[in-house]
Amino acid sequence: MDKFPMNLLAEWNYHRAPLHRGYTRKYLVVDLGKGDGQYSHTIHDIDGDMIDTFTGGRGFGLRILWDSVNPQSRWDSPENALVISGGPICGITQYPGTGKTYTVFLSPLTEQTYNSNAGGYFGPYLKASGFDALAVTGKCPEDVVVSIDGDEGKIRIYAAPTDERNAYDVTEALHGHFAKNEDDKTSISAVTAGRAAEHSWWGALNVSFYDPRRKVARLKQAGRGGGGTVLRDKGILALVVRKSGFTGTENDPADLATLQKVGTKLHREIRNNDDTQCIMRTTGTTHLNKIMNDYDILPVNNFKFGRSEAIGAITPEEYKKLFTQGYADGCWYGCSMACAKTVDGFVLRTGPDKGKKVTVDGPEYETAASLGPNVGIFDPLWTIETNYYADHYALDTISLGTGLAFVCECYELGLLTKEHTNGLDLRFGAGDQIMELIHRMMDGRDDFALAVGKGIRKMKDIFAERYGADRAVMERIGMEGQGLEVSQYRCQESVAQWGGYFLTLKGPQHDEAWVIFMDMVNKQIPTFEDKAEALFYFPNFRLWFSLVGVCKLPWNDVEPSDNRLRYKGIEAAKVPEHVQNYLDIYEAVTGKPLSREGMILQSERVYNYERIFNYRMGKGTRKEHNIPDRALGPVFPDEWNVRKEYFEKKLEEAGINGEGLSVEEKISRLQAHRRGEWEKLVDAVYARRGWDSNGVPTRKTVERLGLDSPEVLELLEPYWRSGERA
Amino acid sequence: MIRVNGEQVPWREGMTIRDLLEERNFTFPMIAVWVDGTPHRREEFASVWIPDGADVQAIHMISGG
Repeated sequence: MDKFPMNLLAEWNYHRAPLHRGYTRKYLVVDLGKGDGQYSHTIHDIDGDMIDTFTGGRGFGLRILWDSVNPQSRWDSPENALVISGGPICGITQYPGTGKTYTVFLSPLTEQTYNSNAGGYFGPYLKASGFDALAVTGKCPEDVVVSIDGDEGKIRIYAAPTDERNAYDVTEALHGHFAKNEDDKTSISAVTAGRAAEHSWWGALNVSFYDPRRKVARLKQAGRGGGGTVLRDKGILALVVRKSGFTGTENDPADLATLQKVGTKLHREIRNNDDTQCIMRTTGTTHLNKIMNDYDILPVNNFKFGRSEAIGAITPEEYKKLFTQGYADGCWYGCSMACAKTVDGFVLRTGPDKGKKVTVDGPEYETAASLGPNVGIFDPLWTIETNYYADHYALDTISLGTGLAFVCECYELGLLTKEHTNGLDLRFGAGDQIMELIHRMMDGRDDFALAVGKGIRKMKDIFAERYGADRAVMERIGMEGQGLEVSQYRCQESVAQWGGYFLTLKGPQHDEAWVIFMDMVNKQIPTFEDKAEALFYFPNFRLWFSLVGVCKLPWNDVEPSDNRLRYKGIEAAKVPEHVQNYLDIYEAVTGKPLSREGMILQSERVYNYERIFNYRMGKGTRKEHNIPDRALGPVFPDEWNVRKEYFEKKLEEAGINGEGLSVEEKISRLQAHRRGEWEKLVDAVYARRGWDSNGVPTRKTVERLGLDSPEVLELLEPYWRSGERA
Repeated sequence: MIRVNGEQVPWREGMTIRDLLEERNFTFPMIAVWVDGTPHRREEFASVWIPDGADVQAIHMISGG
């Protein structure tokens, strides 16, 4: 049943290009005009050169975005494109974790390119409907739904006036509207945001799939970077794709038998090993909660501390009791890792849906930590409630948690008062008050809620200018880099992870490199050159997932029983058998053989292209690779004192005589030492990546990767000649 | 003393791999242990004694968050 009217504004027929070897070789651009209601569409060919250089997924997204924007474009410019693309492997069903949808856009938070991914069915259905990528540009004067009907070969734009703009309401209505009957609801996938995305720069994209057992639409988030904010700024209520009768051979793979063989091997491995390894099938990624606490990596109170005595309340065992067991809960067909856990029958205690019984997707580790210990709360029911509302309102749970943690610390330091917060007592652990702030962020209820939703970087400006808050203190404790909030791992004691977070393309997320154990615990990468090598290999290896449309989790959240015996050191951490699986399935889909070196080369091209793209947008140099003090070490005496012996030893190892120094002086000396280490790390990493000391790819690197197109040379030649931005 | 991932750690008579992991609070399940270059399966952790002066590598396999 429709919950809101859907009035047809435009309709076009198209010829559905067949999928062959993982590609349709077509992409669709829908332009929503300049607020004038002039809607149009174009369908473009994808040639062999584009495939060779950009592979697919995020690579296609960046290439299409480059053509759409110019150096003056910003996130809210009509020409900013929201590009969605799966990649050649996306949509197979034989191997776990192969339904990922990748989104690319200019971000309101970082003012440069961003990419974010989610499960759900949109990417596979888009391909089966005839498009390797969809780009939406322009802005419309009213809320619209853009639909692609892969069955009928029709693109439609509907006006969709409604007050129900939060994600679960909209998504349920759209599955109802576009499906022919209850069984047909699985043929639909929608990309939506929510009301908070109309005010906040943390706006998330929700990608849906229909769960016929629970009879609800489920949501997976491409949460980071503000993609949902871009969606709503364009006036898009939802993007919808419909494709019925999807089969496991939609990609027309070159070698189905190999796909089945390799997939069966991993299914068996998961079945045999998951219970003694990462227990993903029963607890999802919340299995990390206690482990991170044990290793002093869990963020507690805005990353001040790495562990808490209260951990018992949020262990995987506690979450397991809350998650529905017995269902193979994947976010795409054929994923036996089944980590898409839900809490069913959850009765909401606050907010506009108070008293309603809902299915909550998650929480996974990032949410369990961010909307939990990082704001001083160890109550899974509170975390589950915030998880629901964050998804419903379309707020990225990682940025939301880290941002709220910053707010709480500012409040406890007296930089903010109740007068500023409009009466909210925002101490760490104040669950009711923090929840109320989240609800206020949904509708942008007051100036403070609006300010918080703009992210830490902007909050620092607003709090300093409007409330007179001490900027120097906020710069030290605000856990952001390049405008993006840090995800939920405390990296102070891993020099390599400083780079894993802060020497990234798009800011401190964890999808480039997670090298904390390798560095801090295993001590496998002691020199700066070793760390630089890890920060070359892992970001490039992991970027490959975003090119082909697969999920990272089946790579290393399960491993072959003999992995640790057959391989040693860093080679074992690469899980070579799984890398081979990816090479095998890539060839089995596309028909093109790929080596380990070739895989890294595919990624390196796109990694450097994105770096050049950001240079084009006025970023992409060394000065954007900033790191706050809190990420380097303790800032205040309470942080030092809780691990006094440990930090005294670190001071000694740094060659600093702490005798007679106050704790504040010791902190200052350790910070100065570590900032020096940071600069050495930056130099080593840039050198390994083939960048100059300013963080810009060198001519040699650009030529080696075949990125020396006329447009790139025109951009970089002046810089290479003068060493300065033209 | 023994060396664990390059660090000096006190040794005691009868110390097994499991004892060592518990003492170091190495709770991560995907851990690989080599004692003087010899890899040991998880099932052996409780029964393998670590000799004094041993070089132990306790490698946590995760490389992705």
